[in-house]
Amino acid sequence: MTVEQCVYERPAALTAAHTHYCPGCTHGIAHRLTAEVLQELDVLGRAVGVASVGCSVFIYNYIACDFVSAAHGRAPAVATGLKRVLPDRVIFTYQGDGDLASIGLAEVLHAAARGEQITVIFINNAIYGMTGGQLAPTSPVGMVTSSSPGGRDPHLAGYPVRVCELVAQMEGAAYVARRSLHDPAEIRKAKKALRTAFECQLAGRGFALVELLSTCPTNWGMTPEQSLRWIEERMLPVFPPGEFRNVAASNVQR
Amino acid sequence: MARELLKGNEAIAEAAVRAGLDAYFGYPITPQTELLEYLARRMPELGRAFVQAESEVAAINMVFGAACAGKRVMTSSSGPGMSLMQEGLSYIAGAELPAVVVDVMRGGPGLGNIAACQSDYFQVTRSAGHGDFRPLVLAPATVQEAIDLTQLAFDLAERYRMLVILLVDGNLGQMMEPAELPPFRDQGSVTAPWALSGAEGRAARLITSIYLQPEALERHNLALQAKLTVIAEREQRSAGMWLEDAELVVVAFGSAARVAQNAVEAARARGLAAGLFRPITLSPLPVRHLARLSPRARAFLVIEMNAGQMVDDVRLAIAGRAPVRFHGRMGGVELLPDEVLQAMHHTIGDIRVSGNGSRSFHREVR
Repeated sequence: MTVEQCVYERPAALTAAHTHYCPGCTHGIAHRLTAEVLQELDVLGRAVGVASVGCSVFIYNYIACDFVSAAHGRAPAVATGLKRVLPDRVIFTYQGDGDLASIGLAEVLHAAARGEQITVIFINNAIYGMTGGQLAPTSPVGMVTSSSPGGRDPHLAGYPVRVCELVAQMEGAAYVARRSLHDPAEIRKAKKALRTAFECQLAGRGFALVELLSTCPTNWGMTPEQSLRWIEERMLPVFPPGEFRNVAASNVQR
Repeated sequence: MARELLKGNEAIAEAAVRAGLDAYFGYPITPQTELLEYLARRMPELGRAFVQAESEVAAINMVFGAACAGKRVMTSSSGPGMSLMQEGLSYIAGAELPAVVVDVMRGGPGLGNIAACQSDYFQVTRSAGHGDFRPLVLAPATVQEAIDLTQLAFDLAERYRMLVILLVDGNLGQMMEPAELPPFRDQGSVTAPWALSGAEGRAARLITSIYLQPEALERHNLALQAKLTVIAEREQRSAGMWLEDAELVVVAFGSAARVAQNAVEAARARGLAAGLFRPITLSPLPVRHLARLSPRARAFLVIEMNAGQMVDDVRLAIAGRAPVRFHGRMGGVELLPDEVLQAMHHTIGDIRVSGNGSRSFHREVR
């Protein structure tokens, strides 16, 4: 007699809605990890998410908690406003690279500098997805995009911004880590990093940011499989995974 | 409460505190800075939230965030900072959040200067951000009125779930006058049924301004417009003097109205049938009250500390029923009663020359 055993199921924190994401996009994985962590830490009911502008603007359809959608790049400021008046709630942002590393760089750096007790989930897929594949602040040198048709030329368009390395300079930042979603082992590490980032907020240790290297098969012009290899070959050398800051105790007096 | 000598900016800050302000987010800019400085001390003292933001862009988005939690929230700035806030103002309008923004005006365009000016009229009444929307705009003329309107601003913001801008002339922010502060109000623990607080025990809530389907966005816009219609119906506010028999009506808001009042008093002393009309709400402009004056008034003279902004709206309200003239100073140059009086005489003279002046503007001096 066979005993059926459920080894995996959709976490209740993830709604049953079908996502609007393209095949092979890793937003789905990042959403699931976020939902699982919120559920495992038992904070879903007191979580307020701040959605940003980009493909993930509709994240509120997929994770079953309160959400507000912020203006482009301003999610850390919106999260600051929320956290300062709701100090016992769990506030997180979910932002892409155009949103966080380009138009919203000031907001994320200053939120980190202030040691805001928020968790920032940063999806880096090296391209603007929603607007159709333009050069991002995180596009590697040589990357062909619709606004760098000859490949990113450092003489014209400069170099990619390494967010974790930048944010880790901020004294108010308690936890800064970069993980990748291109293979199962890295995905497990990514979940651990997200968990640590939320625990950091629950313990009042300060600002936490987790960068997740992600795919965009549609705008990269690749199959899902090729995309995963592209992360490994082209993104990992520019954006090495690791923990860039992990401060045990809060250095921000409240 | 006794009358005290209060500085405009600080009086507004304390009035907001007493109205139950939960959180303030701001950025230093002259001539508004005392408001921020006052609250930097006052808010933590009361255990309430204060953040000096990295920019006005961040400040207004912090306001947006705290407003999502249903809290009483405010920011303040001046022209260049208001320009940076346009993005956030539009999102606040689109998401129908209650928020109070104080604009203590300075001279522009560009960096301009820090002298008293009224050049942000268009910016706040017309284009508080992109999209199809107008905020409620209140314009005080005295420190006492600034206090009263600050309290009203929070009531209106919450009643209509919308953006209310307190438009303050730079000189009013800086001047000291005797005024009386109101008693403390309860901050209240009633949570708004739309506010975000975590979805424990209820369905998850969403605050957004995105409506991808054109029909849905049109419905949203129609609802916003319907709200503005109700507001235009109920919230027009104005003050006036000597309007019952005025043939020449001087129209001015804020501190310009105080200068104009001196000129109108001088004109009355000389037997001229002049009156003063002062809009307190600039959006909605009290057009109903203005229109009531036009059958008797034979001319309107709009006085502003700018190149002529509100005058456009006055002309629309009067709709050609009487000539509407304008006199103003720009760049923060002080407006004086003598020049207003002169402009009043020019207005009357012009009308006589153009053949409309069969009746006399002058009354017997009693």
